[in-house]
Amino acid sequence: METKVLFAGFGGQGVLLMGQLLCKAAMHEDFEVSWMPSYGPEMRGGEANCGVVVADEPIGSPLVTEPDVAVIMNKPSLDKFESQVRSGGTILYNSSLIDRKPARGDVRVIAVNCNDIAQELGNPRVANMVMLGAFNKAATNLPVESLIGALRATLGESKEKLIPINRKAIETGEALV
Amino acid sequence: MAVVFEKTKALTDATLSYCPGCTHGIIHRLVAESIDELGVMEKSIGVAPVGCAVFAYDFFNIDMQQAAHGRAPAVATGIKRVHPNNVVFTYQGDGDLASIGMAEIVHAAARGEKITTIFVNNAIYGMTGGQMAPTTLVGQVTTTSPYGRNPELCGMPVRMAEMLGGLAGAAYVARVSVHNVRAVNEAKRAIKKAFELQIAGKGFTMVEVLSTCPTNWGMNPVEALGWVESNMIPYYPLGVFKDVSKDAVLASKDVSAKEAN
Amino acid sequence: MAKLLMKGNEAIAEAAIRAGCRYFFGYPITPQNQIPEYMSKRMPQVGGTFLQAESEVAAINMVYGAAGAGARVMTSSSGPGISLKQEGITYIVGAELPCVIVNIMRGGPGLGSIQPSQSDYFQATRGGGHGDYNMPVLAPASVAEAAELTAKAFDLADKYRTPVLVLGDGMIGQMMEPVDMPEAFPQTVPEKPWATVGWSDKSARPRAVVNSLYIDPKVLEQHNIRLQEKYVKIAAEQVQVATELTDDAEIVLVAYGTMSRIARSAVRAARAEGIKVGLIRPITLWPFPSDTIRQAAKTAERFLVIEMSAGQMIEDVKLALNGARPVGFYGRMGGMVPSVDEVLSEIRKTARKGE
Repeated sequence: METKVLFAGFGGQGVLLMGQLLCKAAMHEDFEVSWMPSYGPEMRGGEANCGVVVADEPIGSPLVTEPDVAVIMNKPSLDKFESQVRSGGTILYNSSLIDRKPARGDVRVIAVNCNDIAQELGNPRVANMVMLGAFNKAATNLPVESLIGALRATLGESKEKLIPINRKAIETGEALV
Repeated sequence: MAVVFEKTKALTDATLSYCPGCTHGIIHRLVAESIDELGVMEKSIGVAPVGCAVFAYDFFNIDMQQAAHGRAPAVATGIKRVHPNNVVFTYQGDGDLASIGMAEIVHAAARGEKITTIFVNNAIYGMTGGQMAPTTLVGQVTTTSPYGRNPELCGMPVRMAEMLGGLAGAAYVARVSVHNVRAVNEAKRAIKKAFELQIAGKGFTMVEVLSTCPTNWGMNPVEALGWVESNMIPYYPLGVFKDVSKDAVLASKDVSAKEAN
Repeated sequence: MAKLLMKGNEAIAEAAIRAGCRYFFGYPITPQNQIPEYMSKRMPQVGGTFLQAESEVAAINMVYGAAGAGARVMTSSSGPGISLKQEGITYIVGAELPCVIVNIMRGGPGLGSIQPSQSDYFQATRGGGHGDYNMPVLAPASVAEAAELTAKAFDLADKYRTPVLVLGDGMIGQMMEPVDMPEAFPQTVPEKPWATVGWSDKSARPRAVVNSLYIDPKVLEQHNIRLQEKYVKIAAEQVQVATELTDDAEIVLVAYGTMSRIARSAVRAARAEGIKVGLIRPITLWPFPSDTIRQAAKTAERFLVIEMSAGQMIEDVKLALNGARPVGFYGRMGGMVPSVDEVLSEIRKTARKGE
């Protein structure tokens, strides 16, 4: 088993963090993982993406050029990466911000209005966690506790108070799929 | 028999490799005597440059490192950061310090690196055979300025002491000469003071010493000493350009007094 | 100890600290910036020194000074900065000082790109600066191995009084992977009586002079002979290489660093197609595992070298084989990374040549 995931969006949407949380959670579940950010000039232009590989044996290439799953948080990323997704793969896209559906007919498409849901939950900043929940349900199916554990390890003790809202966001995201 | 004079222990017995009449030898002795008199020989580490003083590691009777051309202040920084309680100094010429090593000396001074730099300015590249240095005077003939230094082509000679004295990290910057006995005594006081302020942890210290190069200037030693007085000192005024141990007013008075001389 | 998810650059920095490195001198350049950034945060916590130098030239000369003063010291950069450091590196070699240098390679020549590349292989393995010299070059293929080899580099440097180069690329530097790092790496630090620490005529050791100048050619030749003897010893003692599926391989791929991972994926895919292919992964690029290459030639009919360059390591493979087997090459340049499919297609082509 080897799953290659691309997370893409604007800088500030928590795209790199989503990838890291997936890695840490999968690592906790004894999977092999790798996380590779785009560090090219485009990061100066405000776009961010990272490729994550989750596997049950040592990972070959950490580059995700033909993702099994693409998690798309903004329209420029959909335009850029839609064609790269493996036939038979999955695209989760942020339907709160992207005004078109993916055109591909050979992939599973899941719309997640994560910004709207985050707003309803009372914290617009957890949009990425809503998306991460939806992604996890659709693709990796890791225990929610592993994702929460990863988040806890990343945020540190001082931000423990943010855990409940993030948990709620992940669970809401999972329920969408 | 009574001992009336003893050579400083901070110099080895090796024969100096400098040309007859060159004042490097005097400057070596002033540095060595200062280290000896301050009782810090055992914790002094020197850095030799590339240039005529490249063999300084054979002459100073202490632990020494030899640095790439111009990089002595960076090497000294590495040493001082590892051994902050040791006394670390660089001994550099004008090509080494003011040309290829300009970045290293400026940033060592800017950082307030607690080292002492002995900067020997003889307005020429000695070791390589008398080429033009950044400190070569206007009109001065060298092997790469055969028609005399033309400021239209090469700009004006660089006054390092003035430049580095203006940096906040500098604790003590002085320009001295060794062309006569009185100047040698002044030079000794400045060098010793620079080491004292380094030991006190005040910051970067540098003594620029105007020196001769009879060989490449094409003069005999006496003429060369006279040339320092008549040609170099008017452009490179002697004095103290920064001294954190005095207040700022006094320090600047010191400079203007020297310039008036 | 629990596994940590770390960036390659951060793992290299942390491993250095856990290997006793307490002095770091560097200058910003992508894609290695997380090394100095991490060091600037960690060094004060462990009583060490981080200094951002005014240039790569200054940084490597600070390394010279600190190494000459007896410390475990390190610097890091990428291609353009490593080129600037060559002056200092050859002086460090000449003065026989131990230190660790990290090159997180990017595309060149010139300012090139900031994407991963392996085009500094020649510079790394042929010395790089002026004069007759080599230095151990360690090429990690994963974040965990980057940490392990960085720690090892300090011991090698001290053991042989030589700079040691850790050669990664932008991928290794930027990617995150799990790392299981010991609290402290085992360290073998020999006495350093040659270090400048302050001396008097009462000292048991002779006066220390850290120097690379030997003005008498007879003396300099002797110095060079001693250096060459040291390189022979390192070559005999320190070759490190990994092989996979080479026992019955008719085609052997040779790839190092991150490229070896892509090659490995392609090898597995080719095996699934019934092609008898294996992989040799040099971990030390200098000394190069020539014996392993020659050994593989007993079964292998063809070799295929995969690099992110125009073909540099291939010369070492050819030198090892000395014409005994044909050696093919596939590479991408300028920051482009060969894909598994591209490599697989090259393996298929190579297999067809053998039919």
